[in-house]
Amino acid sequence: MKISTSGSEMLRTFSPQIEHTSKGEKMWITVLVATIGLALYGLYLQIFKGHGVTGMRDNVIWGIYIVNFMFLIGLSYAGAIIAGFLILFKVEWGKPLIRLAQLMTLASVIVGPIFILLCVGRFDRLHHLFIYPRLQSPLTWDVLAVITFLVGSFLFLYLSLIQDFAVYRDSNLNVSKWKHNLWAWLALRYTGTENQKRLINTSRNLMAIVLIPVSIMVASILSWIFGMTLRPGWHSTIFGPYFVVGAIYSGIGVLIIITWYTRKMYHLERYITPKHFDYLAYMMLVMAAGYGYFTFSEYFTSWYGSETWDAQLIDKLFAPDEYGWLTFFANVAGVVIPVIFAAVPKLRKPDNLMVVAAIMVLAMWVKRYLIVVPTLETPLLPIEDIRPEYVHYTITWVEWLLTFGGVASFFLIFTLAGKFVTLIDISDLPKDENVKTQNQ
Amino acid sequence: MERNDIESTNQRRGFLKTAALGVTAAACGSAICACGGKDKAESEKVVLLSPDGELVTIDSAHLRPVPKTVHVTNEEARQGIPGRKFVMVIDLAKCKNARKCVTACQKMHHTPEPTEWLSVRLMKDSPDAAPYWFPKTCFHCDNPPCVKVCPVDATFKRQDGIVLIDADRCIGCKFCMAACPYSTRVFNWSEPEHTPEVSCLEYSPETSTPSRVGTVEKCDFCPDMSRAGLLPDCVTACPNGVFYFGDQNEDVVTNGDETIGFNDIIRDRGGYRFAEELGTEPRVWYLPPRDRIFPVERGLDDLPEEIKNRYKDVIGG
Ligand code: SF4
Repeated sequence: MKISTSGSEMLRTFSPQIEHTSKGEKMWITVLVATIGLALYGLYLQIFKGHGVTGMRDNVIWGIYIVNFMFLIGLSYAGAIIAGFLILFKVEWGKPLIRLAQLMTLASVIVGPIFILLCVGRFDRLHHLFIYPRLQSPLTWDVLAVITFLVGSFLFLYLSLIQDFAVYRDSNLNVSKWKHNLWAWLALRYTGTENQKRLINTSRNLMAIVLIPVSIMVASILSWIFGMTLRPGWHSTIFGPYFVVGAIYSGIGVLIIITWYTRKMYHLERYITPKHFDYLAYMMLVMAAGYGYFTFSEYFTSWYGSETWDAQLIDKLFAPDEYGWLTFFANVAGVVIPVIFAAVPKLRKPDNLMVVAAIMVLAMWVKRYLIVVPTLETPLLPIEDIRPEYVHYTITWVEWLLTFGGVASFFLIFTLAGKFVTLIDISDLPKDENVKTQNQ
Repeated sequence: MERNDIESTNQRRGFLKTAALGVTAAACGSAICACGGKDKAESEKVVLLSPDGELVTIDSAHLRPVPKTVHVTNEEARQGIPGRKFVMVIDLAKCKNARKCVTACQKMHHTPEPTEWLSVRLMKDSPDAAPYWFPKTCFHCDNPPCVKVCPVDATFKRQDGIVLIDADRCIGCKFCMAACPYSTRVFNWSEPEHTPEVSCLEYSPETSTPSRVGTVEKCDFCPDMSRAGLLPDCVTACPNGVFYFGDQNEDVVTNGDETIGFNDIIRDRGGYRFAEELGTEPRVWYLPPRDRIFPVERGLDDLPEEIKNRYKDVIGG
């Protein structure tokens, strides 16, 4: 199949990673696999010794596992929404970012659900979800939603990959036979006829149209796991949109980091220009404003209304000797700083944005923690227990192991994907003139 | 009253023993099963209630293993006892935190000591209000938030008003614990340590025992006792007659001593339900702590230090 000059140039850029695995990469992969190995040991302990090895107890029944789940699954929704919009609105500058966003979805939609399973006491009974399903339960909605989304996002990614697979197949890339055969098989005899092009385009657009609302729905359903309970800080009508915005927002943060890294790593300055970072920063700005607004509305209304139960939670969140500093960090590093760096042109530089995004992503993780844990520590009837682990949640090392294992799996999937496909869509690049204009 | 207590507890114990033996006979073919004929070897004495109301002491070796007297299928356990609508009334004016209900419940359900399906809390509704003791069971709500959210129908509402958990079905997602606003449910964070005898009991949602690791459990209103025509153990164990248990359909509740009309007592004593505004429609009613029999401090007497410490936030110091 014929590709444009810039396409073959791009292929050449990525070919070293696809053809060989360098020493550095091998080390990186070893570290990731070792981390995952340690996590598996943690998992073994958790399964055979019971959930007592975690910090979760009768009051704080969910800990950082559900925080990780919310965070990762949010990333996957964000990736789908961003890629979907860029494709649907034929955003020319966005083309080099689509694949990255989709790969972010892929990695997080695989790793995320593992964390909700870690909250479940009986692994051996997961099939009960299918043999005794109950539609009234938001958890059943979530199971259905995540599965739907998983299938949808795989399809979406695959549809955007077929043309590339055909290119790899017809290229003279020096790869092992199985890789070549797999490409050939995945390319589905695509040769680039007009008809094939049109079919792929239409189905990809259709998938984008489907996935955007699906992502919004599934993010809302996730929020309703909390929103449907009668607890302060959870039982809120704005939780659906709050989670949607939060997901997209942290997704943009991670996308900025990934884009920055890919650009550095593969010397893609010609394709990913400071303009791209500007656009990403604008998106970040809008989402930060939205997220800040929601957070403010949440806190302000509960504080002003000051119903006893709500007020207890707000006190806890803002007291410096309880969650005050975390709340401060989550909102300053998570909203205020990103807004400043995205809004002031002097500060809006790729390197700065990458650092700000990294801190913001951490802050958004902390924000999820602040949604889950303080509320669980504030039951209607004050905790009358003197076992300290029942009163306050502390993250145990088993939970950390599994969390780092999750992060490592995310990177591993990303790294391995980079061995198999180019990180930028080479058959659908922006027109060459565009690249030039953006360079000026 | 005292005699009543002894009688029913003993009867209960005898019943359990018989049940355990029955299961022993039924389930101990395999080598893994730890429940051998240990009881017989030890030749313990058990007190039983004879058909003509006499208490008799006999050697457990003479007990003929029989199947559990009140055995219900899972279906029946999910249906409930036809025609009943169980209800509980807790008289706060009479409670002095004797904790007999708590220990009786733990004993009956073979739960380890720190696990309290039924707990007695010290409440103080506002800074100027007088503190009072507040026994808290599961409220068996008519609009139960826990049942709504269970993804596998492991926790369910029966037609007799009781909310139960099927620990053989529960996947341990703990969503019901998040949904319950009363912190009623407890989770088995590790493998429960049971005596061989207890682990060999046949599980039923109606007895909630033996507990299973990785699943949720809670106060079950003792439907197995109701089936046998007995009162829940917390009711009979309370020396002050705080708990009234009964049937709303028949409009009658009893604490084992005194039997009254449910509607009458609610009307005459100003009965109310805890946190009515949550809309959960509890089946447990409270009678306000007025004209109290004991000063609240009495409840702190003779308490082990670690339990007394629980109430520090309320009593101060
Ligand atoms: S923990 Fe068990 S009973 Fe509770 S909601 Fe989950 S499956 Fe149902």
